[in-house]
Amino acid sequence: MSSKAALIIDIGDNVAVALRDLKEGQHIEITRGDCTLKLVLIEDIPVYHKFALTELNEGDKVFKYGEIMGEAMCKIRAGEHVHIHNIKSLRGKYNEVHGI
Amino acid sequence: MKFMGYRREDGRIGIRNKVLILPTVSCSSETARIISSQVAGTTTFCNHTGCGQVGKDAQRTIDILIGLGQNPNIYGVVVVGLGCETAQPNIIAEGIKKSKKPVQAVVIQEEGGTLRAALKGAQYALEMVQAASRQERGECDISELIVALECGGSDPTSGMASNPALGAASDLVIQNSGTTILSETTEFIGAEHLLAARCVDSYVSSELLKIVKDLEESVKNMGADLTGGNPSPGNIRSGITTIEEKSLGCIYKAGTSPVTEVIEYGVKPSKRGLVVMDSPGFDIDSVVGMVASGAQICVFTTGRGTPVGNPIVPVIKVTGNPTTFVNMKDNIDINAGTILEGDATIQDVGGEIFEEVLRVSNGGMTKAEAFGFSESSIWRCGTSV
Repeated sequence: MSSKAALIIDIGDNVAVALRDLKEGQHIEITRGDCTLKLVLIEDIPVYHKFALTELNEGDKVFKYGEIMGEAMCKIRAGEHVHIHNIKSLRGKYNEVHGI
Repeated sequence: MKFMGYRREDGRIGIRNKVLILPTVSCSSETARIISSQVAGTTTFCNHTGCGQVGKDAQRTIDILIGLGQNPNIYGVVVVGLGCETAQPNIIAEGIKKSKKPVQAVVIQEEGGTLRAALKGAQYALEMVQAASRQERGECDISELIVALECGGSDPTSGMASNPALGAASDLVIQNSGTTILSETTEFIGAEHLLAARCVDSYVSSELLKIVKDLEESVKNMGADLTGGNPSPGNIRSGITTIEEKSLGCIYKAGTSPVTEVIEYGVKPSKRGLVVMDSPGFDIDSVVGMVASGAQICVFTTGRGTPVGNPIVPVIKVTGNPTTFVNMKDNIDINAGTILEGDATIQDVGGEIFEEVLRVSNGGMTKAEAFGFSESSIWRCGTSV
């Protein structure tokens, strides 16, 4: 089993991927380029799910693989679970196009 | 680099030597199954299409059935028709004959029912299987290989481990002058700018962006959102949130090679190297399209695990999720979960996949093949009438 708790795929990412089930309150140290980033998880993160590395505001773009993967729908705190409840896709959306 | 394959009359190379019992329509699929069950060395599948189709949708089904029959893994074909269907058996048979392989047709309504059609079909199959068994493998160059790249049942490990490893293997195939096909247009959405930047010229780049735009528009025209369909409920449970995130992970399976051409669903590539084929993200439609275009082998990455095989080409299953490799060992050939566990690099597993492609091309069986799995469906582009 990997000793790493989480992975930042690209240096430009503002989310990390949990490499095992992580717990609320857990202190995380993750390598980002040459630095080590430290944060505390504010909720449980299931394995391979994402958490925010910095605070995100509504409308902020979410970066994974160094590319835009969606947009924050509300304020997201560092260490918070990032998934369908707080970020959204910007593509293939009928409702937005039609203003519904 | 060399492997031992079957050289066909049309110059293409097969890595299998089966006789295909090809149902032209849903209505003849069960009779085709009876014929196939009588003669070892044959293969067949359940065809869900072939009738009640018009225009481009009808033509596509006919073209795909012909493409499947022409696939070089197939020695000869027994076409099994009902008689009244849109995809007329004589048109399918004549189309396959252009590849100069043995083709026979039986039509259930003309023979007088399933049993008489099955008798005649089994007699044709018996002769073909014996003749096929007399053909020997000969030395072929890997440049003759067309490898179908597929991913399905994805989870976030797909983008971190199995797809990058398959990408490394794809680059190795292309460095040896071979061809790989990247399909699943839906799973370019949000990552198409990265692929477009890798196209050999601005024409190929504009074709690539066009197929993505057309597919996205067709989803919106249905009054639907992609989310829930793609990413699917299982993708979402595993931690994939948006189509952009899924696509960014998916395109890693095409490595870093330039895109040499964009082809329509099921059409034969005219270039070597990395070819992009327009297809949906639905795995079965996608794999069948690549097989109809002449791919002899498929490498299929998965995160959650999937049993999918194909009646014509061997499917090598790779997972990037170490838990799935243990849980679904029956269905997975290669463990790329070693990358996330820190025990192997992407290049290591890419090399392992490449070697497995050669072993399977030489005759080694994959798990899906050993089970005899034959999942097949053809991408529809029209309504049933």
